[in-house]
Amino acid sequence: MVDVALQGTGISTAAQVDRAKVLQRLRLSDVAFRHLTRAAAATVLVILGGIIISLVWGSLPALRAFGFSFLYEEVWNPVTEKFGAIAPIYGTIVTSLIAMLIAVPVGLFIALFLTELCPMWLRRPIGIAIELLAGIPSIIYGIWGLFVFAPFLQQHVQPFLITVFGEIPILSTLFAGPPYGIGVFTAGLILAIMVLPFITSISRDVFDAVPPVLKEAAYGLGCTTWEVARYVVLPYTRVGVIGGVMLGLGRALGETMAVTFVIGNAHRISSSLLAPGTTISATIANEFTEAVGDLYTSALIALGLILFIITFIVLAIARLMLLRLNARIGG
Amino acid sequence: MDTALYSKRRRRNVITMALAYGATGFGLSWLVLILAVLLWEGFSGLSLSVFTEMTPPPGSAGGLLNPIVGSLVMTIIAVLIGTPLGILAGTYMAEYGRYDKLTMVVRFINDILLSAPSIVVGLFVYEVMVAQMGHFSGWAGAVSLAVIVVPVVVRTTEDMLTLVPDTLREAAASIGLPRSLMIQRVAYRAARAGMITGVLLAVARISGETAPLLFTALNNQFWSLNLNAPVSSLPVVIFQFALSPYKDWQKLAWTGALIITMAVLALSIVARILTAQRKTS
Repeated sequence: MVDVALQGTGISTAAQVDRAKVLQRLRLSDVAFRHLTRAAAATVLVILGGIIISLVWGSLPALRAFGFSFLYEEVWNPVTEKFGAIAPIYGTIVTSLIAMLIAVPVGLFIALFLTELCPMWLRRPIGIAIELLAGIPSIIYGIWGLFVFAPFLQQHVQPFLITVFGEIPILSTLFAGPPYGIGVFTAGLILAIMVLPFITSISRDVFDAVPPVLKEAAYGLGCTTWEVARYVVLPYTRVGVIGGVMLGLGRALGETMAVTFVIGNAHRISSSLLAPGTTISATIANEFTEAVGDLYTSALIALGLILFIITFIVLAIARLMLLRLNARIGG
Repeated sequence: MDTALYSKRRRRNVITMALAYGATGFGLSWLVLILAVLLWEGFSGLSLSVFTEMTPPPGSAGGLLNPIVGSLVMTIIAVLIGTPLGILAGTYMAEYGRYDKLTMVVRFINDILLSAPSIVVGLFVYEVMVAQMGHFSGWAGAVSLAVIVVPVVVRTTEDMLTLVPDTLREAAASIGLPRSLMIQRVAYRAARAGMITGVLLAVARISGETAPLLFTALNNQFWSLNLNAPVSSLPVVIFQFALSPYKDWQKLAWTGALIITMAVLALSIVARILTAQRKTS
């Protein structure tokens, strides 16, 4: 229409050619921009593919040399070049379990406090403080754990635990002395402090997403705050809370620096939680640059591959859970 | 009336609410404890020489100039690589392909990369760059940090562009703007504060990252801006010095930790102010 009108008024053909050129250029830049952004989006997939391929490629020598026994052998001897991954895998899982045992209930209670009990004017400051805790780099937790927390545990908490649990059958093996300060237990506690903010902020967000009508109805029936939280809020947000917990678990499993400082880097599985141990990420961080020989390096990369597979599965489940919750709230 | 039941319910409520208060106090006390120790130890070692002198040999005093500069250089390069990539990817997901399959897959993978263990990123860059080039280098360190920047920027860009009202886009289209110009001139401008926040958060995230630098940039005792050689960085120096038996080194580690934490906290506070402004305006 516009073109016809312009032609009617007798605008010179030169102007029309210019106009066509401009339009042509715009169309080209439009297509170019579209493809550029598309390529950038695909790069995210390329990064993931690159990580997987490079880890598999790097760990091939070790996997070829040890086969499946790599997964369950405890020996880790760089001199004889015999490597097995079970001690770091065990350490990774146990430290994360300790962290989740503490951080999940505490995080849920903080979220409950923030959504139900806290006065309005205090909600934002406390929320921000918890998120600042999440922003502190892990190496800060590490150095604090090494110089402040571990000595404190060694002098005050661990001797107490050893004497108190000394007579109880199972707990006495879990908390057998001597108190080193550094060890699996300390690493688990530091991890708990680290993942607490993640679990808290996600639980708070999903608690906030509960329609007020549901809660008001329960309050109207005479429910106490706890009963509302237990029988209305939690069932409604279960999927989201599990998602948040899995997200925290993913963080705990892969956390490197905070753990490396305080775990003691000992390649053995001991029954006592107070003994030094190691995790996958701590082993890689401690030994990679000093690894001599292709097989040693390859064994460490194979550890990285195992860690990546475990965290990928955990994080994927977490995301699926959160997606399901969003779909329900949206629909 | 069953008063026993009522008092039981009330008791249970009081106990659990007390637990909620206790949990919050417990969580916040860690923040206070960590910051207090950090400020105490960090400030006692803070002086001008920290910013003007090189890292010392064991057992003598010195500063943190080379790791500070190394960290800055690698962070800047990482942001220069990671930000455009992340913004373009986020643009595709929010503007062109909001509902297509590629976007759904990328969003899912990106969310996983967002919390994937950073030490694995270090291994990846080691395999791809360090092993191929045959030596550790600042470039490898910067690339591994960039890999961590990308998911953060993708996520915030997509979120912020999705918040831009469609009426703005329609208005731009109605005056004949091509889509690419509409995105660059209208959508980016409307989402600018949020996108800058994303970049700031990404910088905050990588400025404390240690694990991916350990075996990409490695470390360097001396002044070096050669990115083809190992480059010193604050987190790695903290790691090395804190685990050493020398008192001078441990002191410097605390000071370095204080510098990083202050930088990270400042970045997240600025980011927060930016988003708060966007919400009120």
